[in-house]
Amino acid sequence: MKKFILFYVGLFLLLGCEKKDCCTNLEPITVTLQFTHNWDGIPINSSDFNTFKFTTEHGEQISIERLRYLVSRIKIGDFEKNYQLINIGENTGLELVLAQIPQGNQFLKFTFGFTDADNIDGIYPDLNSTSFNVPMMMGGGYHFMQFDGKYKDSNNQNANFNYHAIRAVNASNPMNLILEDTSFEVEIGTFELSKNTAIEIKMNVAEWFKNPNLWDLNVLNTVLMPNFDAQKMMSENGRNVFDVGTISN
Amino acid sequence: MLKKLLFTISLFLFINCSSKEEELYLPITYNLEIPSLFSQKLIAPVIPANNPLTQEGVALGKKLFFEKLLSGDNSQSCASCHNPQNAFSDTNQFSNGIDGKKGIRNAMPLFNLAWNFDELFNWDGSEFSLENQAFEPIRNPIEMHATWKNVAKKLQNHPEYPTLFKLAFGTSTIDSVLITKAIAQFERTLISGNSKFDRFLRGETSLTPEEENGFNVFIDEAKGDCFHCHGSNNNPLWTDNQFHNNGLDTNISDLGLGAKTGDPADNGKFKSPSIRNLAFTAPYMHDGRFATLEEVINHYSEGLKPSITIDPLMKKVQQGGVQLTSKEKADLKAFLLTLSDFEFINNPDFRNR
Repeated sequence: MKKFILFYVGLFLLLGCEKKDCCTNLEPITVTLQFTHNWDGIPINSSDFNTFKFTTEHGEQISIERLRYLVSRIKIGDFEKNYQLINIGENTGLELVLAQIPQGNQFLKFTFGFTDADNIDGIYPDLNSTSFNVPMMMGGGYHFMQFDGKYKDSNNQNANFNYHAIRAVNASNPMNLILEDTSFEVEIGTFELSKNTAIEIKMNVAEWFKNPNLWDLNVLNTVLMPNFDAQKMMSENGRNVFDVGTISN
Repeated sequence: MLKKLLFTISLFLFINCSSKEEELYLPITYNLEIPSLFSQKLIAPVIPANNPLTQEGVALGKKLFFEKLLSGDNSQSCASCHNPQNAFSDTNQFSNGIDGKKGIRNAMPLFNLAWNFDELFNWDGSEFSLENQAFEPIRNPIEMHATWKNVAKKLQNHPEYPTLFKLAFGTSTIDSVLITKAIAQFERTLISGNSKFDRFLRGETSLTPEEENGFNVFIDEAKGDCFHCHGSNNNPLWTDNQFHNNGLDTNISDLGLGAKTGDPADNGKFKSPSIRNLAFTAPYMHDGRFATLEEVINHYSEGLKPSITIDPLMKKVQQGGVQLTSKEKADLKAFLLTLSDFEFINNPDFRNR
């Protein structure tokens, strides 16, 4: 009788161990997204602000003074984070930790800005608190990006620019705004995840002025929010802005 | 023998614990009356874990705010320069200290301070947290010109204060830390959220066509473009609580934030004040240089001066500003005045009684 009991206890422990061994590989991991910024490969951080150290493709020297932007529906596998505000000048939001991500091949993507479904006026208290709103006369909702600075104009004088990306709006008839969703999806790629992983997501800031629309700051500098065509151009240029960088474990 | 000893020890512990429990005093929690628009639109106010609001603490803080013993010669209180009738600001361009000396900044209005999420206070962001901010004016030689040691001593010898501190903080030993904690508690209760425009947003009243047009000037990027720094219907603080050079001077003598950070890129930057209660807070700007709202609007319309650190949000600097028409200026002023909160300035809870 005693032998039987020992046998079954041993069998139970053995099976228990086997089961545990088999499940170890399926334990979820943590993925950290690291948002970095560069100008055609030259790193940009807050210490690079407020000096004329970058030149656009069109040839204007610029000084970056404020750069914050929003990404939403950050999706890896079945996991989705609603949104993240990234502020380079204040060094906030640069890292996003996504916990409990299943192991295996996972596809990473996000939306630049808010899609129309998410771009609902005034509903995000944290974004309201940091004044990221778009007034209703320009369609409401939220900015996708506030990129402010100075450029050297054609007379080599300092001039201001406000490259603010929002949902495109044609407000020529204030009673009937024509809106167009200018957010866009950024597909970063598929990653084989077997342990905690950091994925660098690079923004090449120079691309906002480059491709496919060569941006002349002497022409398009301020009051771009209600400029329907300018918003479409920003959205088009934005498609080339993001890229995957270093993957580390 | 052992039993007797244990009994005696137990009795001693019991009596000791009981008397300690009796001494334990728990002040009553003070619940902020948060306007509905604030709770809908904004994240929670900042209340430090080491200085929660209590009814006793707020009451003590109010008494201290109006207490002239806090100054070197017992002639001035916080309220001397932060008058409730002026939304806790000063009608003088520069406040007079107890020795008749003046500073170089206009006294800031005080309201909705718990929603200053970065907790940088003063025009130049020189103080982190309300508690720390309250330390400075009392010992400043051109303001209340006292020493904290003397202030604490005066309050300690006062017939009421030791008991009030005991009720608020559980100790009757008064020091600068507890004094500033109490003042900060009171300041966090100074909430302004019931202006005509708030009532309009709540659907309780309507705007005149001029006020409505003025709001449109305010939020139109092609006109006033005020909303980037001064909030909107979705940010009822009506400030971003950030620091900007708004084009007041080409040659900057008062460095503002730059003096605090040491970064030349911050020279000439000052905190965006809330545009609530402008009817009560003249003169305007960090140095009180503008006596009227008309002067303020004219500044942004055609008076901007270029400088290295001028904020990029200042538009058409080379033309002097956004070039509003007379009608737009008048309507903008009409809108701004809808943010006047008469209930706030007349609130008996904020007055010295």
